[in-house]
Amino acid sequence: MATRTMPRVFIPPPMRSLTEGEEVVDVGGTNLGQVIAHLERRFPGMKERLCQDDDIRPGLSVAVAGSVATLGMLQRTNPEVEIHFLPAIGGG
Amino acid sequence: MATAENPKYKVIGTRPIRHDGADKVTGRARYGADIQLSGMLYGAMLRSPHAHANIKSIDTSKAEALPGVRAVATSADLPEQGDRVVELGEGAANMRHLTANVLARGKVLYRGHSIAAVAADNIHIAEEAIKLIEVEYELLPPVMDVVGAMAENAPVLNDDIRTESVGSAPPAKDSKPTNVAKHFLFEKGDVAAGFAEADIIVEREFDTAMVHQGYIEPHNATVLWNTDGKLTVWISTQGSFTVRQQTAELLKIPISNVKVIPTEIGGGFGGKISVYLPPVAAVLSKKTGRPVKLVMSRTNVFEATGPTPGSHMKVKLGATKDGKLVAGEAWIAFEAGAYTGSPIGPACMCVFACYDLPHGRVEGFDVCVNKPRTNAYRAPGSTHVAFATETLVNEICEKIDVDPAEFRINNAAKEGVRRVDGPVYARVGMVETVEAIKNSEHYKTALEGKYRGRGIASGFWFNCGLKSAASATVNPDGTVSLLEGSTDIGGSRTGIAMQLAEALGITAEEVIPAVGDTDSVGYCDVTGGSRVTFATGIAAIEAAKDIQRQLVDRAAMIWEVDSSHVSYSDGGVHGPDGKQLSFKEMAAKLHGTGGAVIGRGTSSEATQGGAFGTHCVDVEVDVDLGKVQILRYTAAQDAGTAIHPSYVEGQMQGGAVQGIGWALNEEYWYDEQGEMRNSTYLDYRIPTCYDVPMIDTIIVEVPDPQHPYGVRGVGEVPICPPPAAIANAIYDAVGVRMHDLPMSPPKLLAEILKK
Repeated sequence: MATRTMPRVFIPPPMRSLTEGEEVVDVGGTNLGQVIAHLERRFPGMKERLCQDDDIRPGLSVAVAGSVATLGMLQRTNPEVEIHFLPAIGGG
Repeated sequence: MATAENPKYKVIGTRPIRHDGADKVTGRARYGADIQLSGMLYGAMLRSPHAHANIKSIDTSKAEALPGVRAVATSADLPEQGDRVVELGEGAANMRHLTANVLARGKVLYRGHSIAAVAADNIHIAEEAIKLIEVEYELLPPVMDVVGAMAENAPVLNDDIRTESVGSAPPAKDSKPTNVAKHFLFEKGDVAAGFAEADIIVEREFDTAMVHQGYIEPHNATVLWNTDGKLTVWISTQGSFTVRQQTAELLKIPISNVKVIPTEIGGGFGGKISVYLPPVAAVLSKKTGRPVKLVMSRTNVFEATGPTPGSHMKVKLGATKDGKLVAGEAWIAFEAGAYTGSPIGPACMCVFACYDLPHGRVEGFDVCVNKPRTNAYRAPGSTHVAFATETLVNEICEKIDVDPAEFRINNAAKEGVRRVDGPVYARVGMVETVEAIKNSEHYKTALEGKYRGRGIASGFWFNCGLKSAASATVNPDGTVSLLEGSTDIGGSRTGIAMQLAEALGITAEEVIPAVGDTDSVGYCDVTGGSRVTFATGIAAIEAAKDIQRQLVDRAAMIWEVDSSHVSYSDGGVHGPDGKQLSFKEMAAKLHGTGGAVIGRGTSSEATQGGAFGTHCVDVEVDVDLGKVQILRYTAAQDAGTAIHPSYVEGQMQGGAVQGIGWALNEEYWYDEQGEMRNSTYLDYRIPTCYDVPMIDTIIVEVPDPQHPYGVRGVGEVPICPPPAAIANAIYDAVGVRMHDLPMSPPKLLAEILKK
């Protein structure tokens, strides 16, 4: 199996109109901010959907390598990780 | 206790007496309603008798004229919020909705919606005064059920809500408002192809009723708005820092102007995270210059706080005849209540989370109805969907004649499995919890008797990490004063103290834990999401490591060696040539070696691994009355590492009993006008000790690699399996499949009579 060279981003269904239907894309970046910047360059409009005031939108959580990112746009990424955009989860 | 790969600890796994035990059993613990301040005024609130109405006018003049009344407040006293969505630590809130929920702005959206408040010399005058407030309403038709609220011609509650999703496009300017606030969609694999592989497909519709957390202590808040502009809030809450932020945001003042002092808390379960009273008490205090206390009645709590939503679900599962799940599909609609915010997201993410499902599709909707704005309740959203999925799993097992425990083991989620919502599991213990039930004496003992049946079901919760802080001061007598900011609902101060003690090699009794106010301790997210023993525990361990480092330096100073030649282990420092000093001996030397040693720790780095539970229940059905009696109940749960097993067992038992309440009795009972008709504990039936047997517990320990001692949160999962387990047991007993919660006597009897 070929080794990935970039983080893998899973695109939520409502955003696939921006990716021409692509469900999974590999983009560069060593932190989440860079990954989103690369997404925006490749698929214009993406950042507005994901961010508010240069941070992740309230109510949205980002799972990086299976863990909810607690450092926002500064969350480190590497070529091995998967990135998922999910609803924020609260507990009882 | 089942164990796995866990090392031997000295403190962890023991059962020390809780640090707050003496205060609790002698009645000295101070709860919110116990707060008494010099010059304090008492508040009361006017609440809407209608479920849906425009407010044409409010006249407070007669109330203000009543002797003993010191101030009256309405929404006009709170600042306008505009279109702001703010992250509040455990979820985002639309500030326009949040302020309108605290005091209605132009419209009431549920019975009990607060409209005005009075501060008076005593509670009797305050309650008389609110009767003198005159409100002119324009009544509107209420919409009380989730499917009705989604209809094209349904009355719309909020004119600013358009349907949103994760990453959805901004709504068109000319789009119509709707009650459907959120729509989520998750897909994995090829669902159509998956169902084509299935030999058996079952599809059912399910309904669950709105249910309250049922904490014994009502909401309360006492606020002093001092002349220097600083507010102090005494409150029973699951999160003093979120109260600080919500109060500051609602009043539009800096958070540094708000100090929140958390009192002891008589239960929360997710319902004591949103603020209802502090901004109102603050406004009344500002007007009067005196502290103001507000305490809800039980009816207020039912009608105007945040229960868990009712729901309507359609769920479909497919399996091969040899017992392999191949596909699943779910359509889930939750009642958000008056404003958006139900746990529909986690519900969608949990519905198939117990299983390795190759193909799945899940669609979810958050829908406004004329009921109170819903809030979290143990494993928010997961109990609803576990009822559906776990009932279908047993139906499949019956149709293909496979043991339901064996089926669950063969299809269980495990490390490396991708959930339908995307992420891949790390090490988790679903298999182990089912095996624990399968190997239990309960499961292996045959159940005999007419109209008796047995059911099992599993459940999942993510468990949060979020942010925590702790500090710990070494005392000269060898004890440690631990200060942390997580309000203690389920014994967390002792569980955290035990982790600090383990790290320092001292006893739990030598740690003196306290929960600090927001000016005294570093930021902590809410006590919820089963996060505190995990995350605040990590902060305490980090504080202990900080103490270790400082004690190593002090010992090096005493022994006149370089610190690199000193180490900390086994409750003391060790240096060259066999030199050693115990922690207690080092503590006695602090004053002569530089003064206080204060350790600090934070955590924010990780989420937890998920937690699973599996329950087994035996029931007996009275076929003449439709009443279900729980005969025997066993709960197995992966706790990672049980810090204080008694607390773990208590959470498992408490969650199971709450789940039994959902299953058999509890529901908000509304009439057609939207009036709740059972808003007291006399009529809203929660289980008591007369209704349930002793809940047996099996603690499974599959350590979470993300915590130094392997902790997994335990508070959420145990509420998930009971409704499905009991539904499966009812079917085993009388051959009736129930798809509607609660499975109360009238509903069950009706189904039995249909047979």
